[in-house]
This record gives sequence, structure tokens and C-alpha cells, in this order.
Amino acid sequence: MPEYPDVWRKPPLIASAWLRWGIGLAVALYLATAIGSVNINWVRLAAGLPRGWRFLTSFFPPDFLSRGDEILEGLEESLAMTVTATAAGVALGIPLGLGAARNLAVRPVYLLCRTIIAGSRTLQELIVAIFFVKMFGFGPFAGMLTLTFSSVGFIAKLIAERIEAVETAPLDAIRSTGASWLQWVNYAIQPQVMPRLVGLSLYRLDINFRESAVLGIVGAGGIGATLNTSLDRYEYSTAAAILLAIVAIVLVAEYASGSIRERLR
Amino acid sequence: MLRLTGLSKRYDRGDAALNGVDLTVPDGEVVALIGPSGAGKSTLIRCTNRLVEPTSGSVELDGEVITALSPAGLRVARRRMGMIFQEFALIERLTVMENVLSGRLGYVGFWASWFRRFPPEDVRQAFHYLDRVGLAGFENKRADALSGGQRQRVGIARALMQSPALLLVDEPTASLDPRTSRQIMRLILELCGERGLAAIVNIHDVALAREFAHRIVGLRKGVVVFDGKPEALTPDALTTIYGSEETDA
Repeated sequence: MPEYPDVWRKPPLIASAWLRWGIGLAVALYLATAIGSVNINWVRLAAGLPRGWRFLTSFFPPDFLSRGDEILEGLEESLAMTVTATAAGVALGIPLGLGAARNLAVRPVYLLCRTIIAGSRTLQELIVAIFFVKMFGFGPFAGMLTLTFSSVGFIAKLIAERIEAVETAPLDAIRSTGASWLQWVNYAIQPQVMPRLVGLSLYRLDINFRESAVLGIVGAGGIGATLNTSLDRYEYSTAAAILLAIVAIVLVAEYASGSIRERLR
Repeated sequence: MLRLTGLSKRYDRGDAALNGVDLTVPDGEVVALIGPSGAGKSTLIRCTNRLVEPTSGSVELDGEVITALSPAGLRVARRRMGMIFQEFALIERLTVMENVLSGRLGYVGFWASWFRRFPPEDVRQAFHYLDRVGLAGFENKRADALSGGQRQRVGIARALMQSPALLLVDEPTASLDPRTSRQIMRLILELCGERGLAAIVNIHDVALAREFAHRIVGLRKGVVVFDGKPEALTPDALTTIYGSEETDA
């Protein structure tokens, strides 16, 4: 019987030991200097705590009534913004996602779609919102456009990734029936990615609603505008009521999307 | 020795998948389990190591009642039952060696396995089995870089690493070409002979079963309808197991 070795080491991911240790050392060094560069001022930290506490306590008790109409109006505006933006985002995101899937689109289309997605995803919502507010004035229309703009990139990128991960056998099977490109997408791909698409859309709905609470700060309407106004007026108990309403709606959306996904499996 | 007594499994919806199966497999005997799709072959194998929890009946391996064990006890008992799968069930992104060494997970502590520092004896054993199944020099390849036959050999080496007393083999050749299928069956048979292992082999291919098994058990609708030497498997017996072409099984 031949002798077998009794030691085995997994081959490292980076073959060259110099490069491997070099990268590790560089990351560690940078991390150390970065931590050093963030001045942690313990005195200010200690002084800030009671102030923060006083700020928080001024939120209680929450007051839903004295600005009840404005809160309701803001919520309605936000919901309308959220739903329309999500619908538009999904409608535009699907074709863009098809184009951005490497296994579906030809190279130029793929690159174009990926560029559009990158654009939509690089620009943060607040910056886009400021731009749209300048263009179209204050109000929920600017907010709706902002949310649509970022939803498109979100849906397109994630659905494209799902499409790239589909089972390939059905693709060949449907192609071999002589189906057209659209039929092929409809039969071989759509059923595979549908649960993911529904899940993503519901998740995006959720994100858009939360986002709408921030966009109001730069004048793009919705519950965020109401929240911003109440903070400007130092009406912290109204602000607390608004925050609670947002939490409640997000929780309801979370629960609803969970049960919808459960049914859709 | 493996002993199944009155083993039954009823899934939440649907008929009984297994209905009072009695079966004894002595050490060193390779039993081919044949029967139509849905007869309960996979269920029988999975009830033996309790990947599927049997509804009633008992499983006994070398005198230990597997069906009575606590979760911790079952874990220890499972080490002695190596399983080999139809689609190989390798961890595709890990190296061949990691897949083979994973057969020792029931024996090795968490940190040793996390850092891939298996005991020297295990590593030597792994190299030995890789050589034995014809994959010497493949240890650093990723599992997804192998062909079907090679993958099944890794699966066999992994099962052997458990130092099993019993091999549970679920359709080992269904994803392989005829020549590779015969090689794999021969390998399993030889290894069982060398090590005195009992084995239950689910298999669709009656010709392969006849050629390689010591004994054939026919299952139909969860009931043993044939149990005998391969020579006794007459056309009539096959009709009993599989039903005639005209009737709907």
C-alpha cells in the first residue's frame, strides 16, 4: 500500500503569497489610519447625551389631533406618490431589466441598459428630488418623478440579475419549439422570475413610502412636507404622531407583502 | 446488520408511501431495491437514516434502535450510515478534498472543520479513498469541474469517509451513461465486499440490479412484493412488481 500524505491545505484564493499578504496588510493599515482620523470626542459625546434625551422626551405624548387634517392630507399625498411611482417604476423597469440581462440582450443593448441603470442608481433620491423640484416646482409631482426614477433602476437591476440566474434547460426547450423572442421570454423566463418580480415590487413599494417621508424636506410633497413643517414649528408631539403613522403604515405594508408572497409561491 | 420492522410512512396528504415493510440486510450484502416510480424506494432509504421521519415501525442497525434515538443520538448513529445520491449532491463550490473530508464532519469538532484542519489520520484516509475510487490527484479541483462519473466517485469517497456500517444508495446511476453506470455499480459492490458493508441500492435499471446485486427486493405501492436472488426474478415476478403494460399501476 502506498504512503498517503496526512496533511492537506486548501489552495489559497490568491496564489502569490506576496500579493495575498500585501493586500491584507494594506487593508489593515488603511483601516487603522481611518479609525485614527475619525476624532472621537468623549467630552462632547457625554454632553450630547442629556440634550438628545431632552429632544426625545419632547416628542411625548404624540399629538394626532391638533394637526390631524394636515397629517391625513400628507399621508394621502405620500400614498398616491408611492403607488403611482412604484407602478411606473415596475412598468419601465421590466423592459430595462430584460435589456440588461446578459443572457437575453445583444451586447449594445445590454451596455445601454446597464448605463441607464447605473445612472438611476448613482444619484441619491434627495439630489434627484432637488433637481425635479427646480424643474417642476414644489409638490408631490416632483416627488413622484423622483421615486419613479430610482424605482426603475432598482427593479431593472435586480430583475436582470434574477433573469441571468434562470435555469437554462427550459430556455433551450422553448427555443427549440420555434418560438419567437417574445414568446420565449413569456414561456421560458417569465414564470421563473415572476415570484421575484412580485417580491421586488412589494419591497420597492415599501421603500418608496419610507423615502416619501424624506423627500418632503426638499419640497417634494407628501408626508415628509408635513413632518418638516411640524419640526420647523417646534411641534414635536405632532412630529411624533407623524412618525408613528409612518411606522404603522410600513408595518402594514410589510405584513401585507409577506402574505401576498406566501400565496404566490 | 440492518433490520426494518413494520416500517410505514404516510405523508401529510396522499396514500401511504411505505406500508409495513419488513427487511433484514446482513453485513456484506448488497440489496437492490427495485420498483416503479412512486413505489416508496426513496422513502424507504430516507426513513432508514430518518431524513424522512417514519410514521411507525422501527429501524435497527447492529442492535441499536435508530427510530428511538434522540436528535443527538441520531446524529451519532447517522455517521454509520453513508448515503450516496442520484444527483451526487456534492457541494459544488468546494474542492474535491473538502467534499471528501465532509464525510468526517460527524467526528470532527466545529473549529477543526471551519479551519479545514482535519486529523492527519482523516486526511491520509481521504487521499487513500480518492486513490481507491480512481481520483488520485483531483483533490484541489473544484467539484463543479468534474464529470458526472467523477462526481459520483467523490460522493462514494465522502460516504466511505464516515466509516459506515451501511450504505444507503439512491439511484446512483440515473444521471450516468451505461458504461459509467456499470463502473460505479462495480465500485460500490467491490467496496462493500472489501469492507463488509451492507447496502441498499435503489435502482431503476433492472439489468444492472440483476448483474450486480446479491439480492433483489421489489417494492410496489409501499409493500414488499418480491424478495429473492437475482435468478428468481422471472418475467412473472417483474410483472408483479411493475404491473403489466396494460393495467394502470
